[in-house]
Amino acid sequence: MIASPKPDLITVNVDGREVAVPKGTNMIEAARLAGVDVPHFCYHEKLSIAGNCRMCLIEMGLPAVDPATKAPITDAATGKQKINWVPRPAIACATNASPGLHIRTVSPLAKDCQQGVMEFLLTNHPLDCPICDQAGECKLQEQATGYGRGYSRFIEQKNVKPKRTVLGPRVTLDDERCILCSRCVRFCKEIAKDDVLGFTDRGSASTLTCYPGRKLENNYSLNTVDICPVGALTSTDFRFKMRVWFLKKTPSLDAESSVGANTVVWSREGVIYRITPRRNDEVNDTWMSDSGRLLYRAVAAADRLTAIKVDGVDGTLEAAATAAAWLFRTGGVALVGSGRSSVEEQFVCARLAAKLSAAVYLPSRAGEGDKLLISADRNPNTRGALVAGLIAALPAPGLAELAAAIDAGRVATVIAIGEDLAAGLSAAQLARVSLVYVGTHRNATSDAARIVVPSLTMFEKSGTFVNQQFRLQKFSAAVPGPAGATDDLVALTRIMAAAGGAALPAELNALWTVLAAEVPALATALYRNLPDTGLLLDRTPWAHLPFVEGETLHFKP
Amino acid sequence: MPEQRRLIFQHIDEPGYTPDLACYLRQGGYAVLRKAVQRKPEELIDEVKKSGLRGRGGAGFPCGVKWTLVDRKSGKPIYLIVNADESEPGTFKDRHIIHQDPHQLIEGIMITCFANNVRQAYIYIRGEFPHGAAILERAIAEARAANFTGPSVLGTAYGCEIYVHRGAGAYICGEETGMIESLEGKRPYPRIKPPYFPAVLGLYQCPTIVNNVETLCHVKHIADMGGEAYARIGTPNNTGTRILCVSGHVQRPGYYEFEVGKVTLGQLLNEVCGGPLPGRKFKAVIPGGSSAKVLKFGERYKGKRKVGAEMVDYDWGLEDVPMDFDSLALIGSMGGSGGVIVMDDSVRMVDALANINAFYAHESCGQCTPCREGSQWMKAITTRMVRGGARPEDGALLKSVADQIAGRTICAFGEACAWPTQSFVQKFPDEFKAYAETKKADPDSRAFELA
Amino acid sequence: MNLKPATLARIEEVIPHYPVKRSAALPLLHLVQEDQGYVAPEAIEWIAAKLELPPIAILELVTFYPMFRQKPIGRRHIKVCRTLSCALMGAYRTCQEFEKHFNTYRGEVSPDGEVTIEFVECLASCGTAPVVMIDDELHEKVDPARACQLAVKISAEAANRK
Repeated sequence: MIASPKPDLITVNVDGREVAVPKGTNMIEAARLAGVDVPHFCYHEKLSIAGNCRMCLIEMGLPAVDPATKAPITDAATGKQKINWVPRPAIACATNASPGLHIRTVSPLAKDCQQGVMEFLLTNHPLDCPICDQAGECKLQEQATGYGRGYSRFIEQKNVKPKRTVLGPRVTLDDERCILCSRCVRFCKEIAKDDVLGFTDRGSASTLTCYPGRKLENNYSLNTVDICPVGALTSTDFRFKMRVWFLKKTPSLDAESSVGANTVVWSREGVIYRITPRRNDEVNDTWMSDSGRLLYRAVAAADRLTAIKVDGVDGTLEAAATAAAWLFRTGGVALVGSGRSSVEEQFVCARLAAKLSAAVYLPSRAGEGDKLLISADRNPNTRGALVAGLIAALPAPGLAELAAAIDAGRVATVIAIGEDLAAGLSAAQLARVSLVYVGTHRNATSDAARIVVPSLTMFEKSGTFVNQQFRLQKFSAAVPGPAGATDDLVALTRIMAAAGGAALPAELNALWTVLAAEVPALATALYRNLPDTGLLLDRTPWAHLPFVEGETLHFKP
Repeated sequence: MPEQRRLIFQHIDEPGYTPDLACYLRQGGYAVLRKAVQRKPEELIDEVKKSGLRGRGGAGFPCGVKWTLVDRKSGKPIYLIVNADESEPGTFKDRHIIHQDPHQLIEGIMITCFANNVRQAYIYIRGEFPHGAAILERAIAEARAANFTGPSVLGTAYGCEIYVHRGAGAYICGEETGMIESLEGKRPYPRIKPPYFPAVLGLYQCPTIVNNVETLCHVKHIADMGGEAYARIGTPNNTGTRILCVSGHVQRPGYYEFEVGKVTLGQLLNEVCGGPLPGRKFKAVIPGGSSAKVLKFGERYKGKRKVGAEMVDYDWGLEDVPMDFDSLALIGSMGGSGGVIVMDDSVRMVDALANINAFYAHESCGQCTPCREGSQWMKAITTRMVRGGARPEDGALLKSVADQIAGRTICAFGEACAWPTQSFVQKFPDEFKAYAETKKADPDSRAFELA
Repeated sequence: MNLKPATLARIEEVIPHYPVKRSAALPLLHLVQEDQGYVAPEAIEWIAAKLELPPIAILELVTFYPMFRQKPIGRRHIKVCRTLSCALMGAYRTCQEFEKHFNTYRGEVSPDGEVTIEFVECLASCGTAPVVMIDDELHEKVDPARACQLAVKISAEAANRK
């Protein structure tokens, strides 16, 4: 990994605390580095500066110098360089760090500014908290509590604006709650490159609008909901479903493509309610696609597999493993792995295939990249299979080679992990072989299989993926799987043991000891120490491969 | 009676003077431009700096300094935008230059453009001057045909095009960065400064000068007589002449051009404008457009002020205050746009404030929180008071709301909408209290409804 | 869009005045409104397409600037200044006089379709207050008596047309 060059650091002073920051850092970020929160609404780390909410007003001062000689002027009282405090407050988001810059965020002036802005924001804001989805994660609530005056002096009529406009298939807008911060407008213009939102009318009557007849329907529309500091833009899917303070947050990944956008899965009592992006400045910033958020629907789908079957009869994992081993003994085994399996699962598959001298196939999943956060490789973990040694070349579309092998009579048993073979094999070909299927949902393969072991979706288990950057990233189990389903690692290691292979641990940390020992690329990694932002692996062994991905956010091929 | 000095307004209302080129040329028009293009541009900038000319649009910022701040190293084209948006209530001077003496403006524009290496200038004219726009377009066409503007000015290698761009009824377009945004075809939301100082990142992110119509006319005269000669007109730091526009309760409202600082408020209102209407007494005056803080008749101002190099005592009644930028700032108001609005004793100050607050609430662009919410709130309070719903605490509340706006906004509209409320409440507290007590306005049959 | 040839010609003339097409939004809106009397949704989309902008970019402008209207108004447009100097000289009474004569209220189209009366903000002629603009013409010192005269003139012109 190439270390980035050390940026120019200068010293600024936040509330009396000195901190070294790169020159030009805005003072909200500089304050953060000093451990100080400057309240704000319209500022967002990944969008252009608007400076319109005025909540981040602070006092600023510059070191005094003699105008002629440029020599520092000393304050007799403190013995330090005199600071000329500017009487007019400045917005921290648009004030960039310069050497010796001083700011005060808790002075009487700063507090008065904060209380004033807070009061103004609340004058026309409807008292919707009891029915507003944003409650519990609302910046207006938080900052009113932290920085507001605590009472209102406003007795006039509040503005009336449209309250439940359906902006598009996934987003609902309440214009009365909108504080006109313009984050959503900037996001659509700068990130999603879909300029559909704007403000109509003027002054206090200004209203966030989508042009009549047009919709906010691009595949990143829900990010506007994430960044809306209030309950103006809300997710229609999540509307009125759950109060956020009841939800448990689990870090996870978007399995939609090899981008590996970091996510948060929100669940309560075993039910997932929504998915939102998790910030990773190296991968996805603060964004993710709308389509990636919907993947959790698979968890509670009606066609979940919930019973281990051996030749159509309910069985135990023991029975299934034994039966599988019995099928394997005659040889002619093919293993179909998945680019959606975790690195750990792919490692065990690789060992299993080696034990059984099985040929390994991995179907590719290609799609068009959207140049943002969906890449052309719709498998989240193709590179994991390379790293784990399951495959040595890039996956091919379909299962042409396997089909040929079956037709040539070289295959007696196929064990498929998480892949529906009907995508590449005909019913006849499926019928020619004995099938062992480890997977989550019912499909043609699970119907035709002699042995079925229901397994877990990525929301129900933990593991790692390697994304297109060769970054190793963790995801964690958010909810338990349905009764009758087995953790993939438990199933695979059991089958391996039944087939006479080495006894591999199914527990992640223990398995990782083996991974670190046996997989060169992972020699320095330990599951429990994996940073939240992931670990870049050395890609050199695979640099020659013709990966399909084009440019997306934070990735150049 | 103080004498006007009609430098800019020399030909306004002159019988027989018409806006066409032929008339302007007969008066010696464009002779100054002819001389100017033979000089070095830096010399012209220098003349303007020496002249001490301060902007006549409202801010009174030194014009020479503004030109000096222009980024000439970026390699980007430099633009001039002529602020012909004249919308500050009480102001009506640029209108007459545009409609009656457009070539004076064009000559001033061309000299400014030549001095600053500007190749493209836009006259942003308020939408409510449709005839003015047509007159300007005709004048530009005439000037272009005679090579006073266009690709080759007076046979030189220097060229500059001027286009007229009409606004559509928004006061905030008079703010220089609001004007730039409007010219770019966007909602006229003023820009945050830093970093968007027009001199560096203006129109299309290029260095831009925004100057008022009257200011540019002064440039012509400065180029003519020289900066030092101009600086001898008027008073130190408040040089040249300015056009004062008087409206409201005086006998002779209208426009009057004086050397800056050489007429006092008392002389202006009592002598030049003939004093109050019959049977009335002066009560209050806003000296620099409705954004300026109100002054109360009967007030006195005392202190020390800088005259030349010395500190000198002053002890003024309101009538003694000289009508220059520095004196008006000294006594707690501003010279602003020169719009003097006079109110006599028939006026209920709360109603007058309600009228002003309604203006600002209507014109707020809505971009930033304090102005957007605060201007509407102040309007709501004064309207409620006028309609009989006043409470004793409303005066203090108005001041508090105004205090939370001024100094906290993206642009000077914050101050513009806050200062009237702050000053009216400060200077006429009894009237605000009285509304709460009587629950209705003091019935004065002479008074008109104001809100 | 049924724009007159002269309007279309003027549109083509104006767009190149600016290095960035978007700047022509305001001039085009003026030209289209002068041509059609108002700016219809169709016009908004036409202008947006012409300048290669999303239609919201034009709708934002039409709703911001008071001079643009999205619906037709009366044949004659009476704009009474209501800002301080004119109000001090009786602008509100002037407006009431117009409203009385045409039996209409501010912002509506009068029953005979002849006028729309509106308050506008400072028209920059405060020395001759109260000031009224009727279509493109400025009328000064319009007290209620003068307002009555102007109103009568408008009605007479309307009658002559019929």
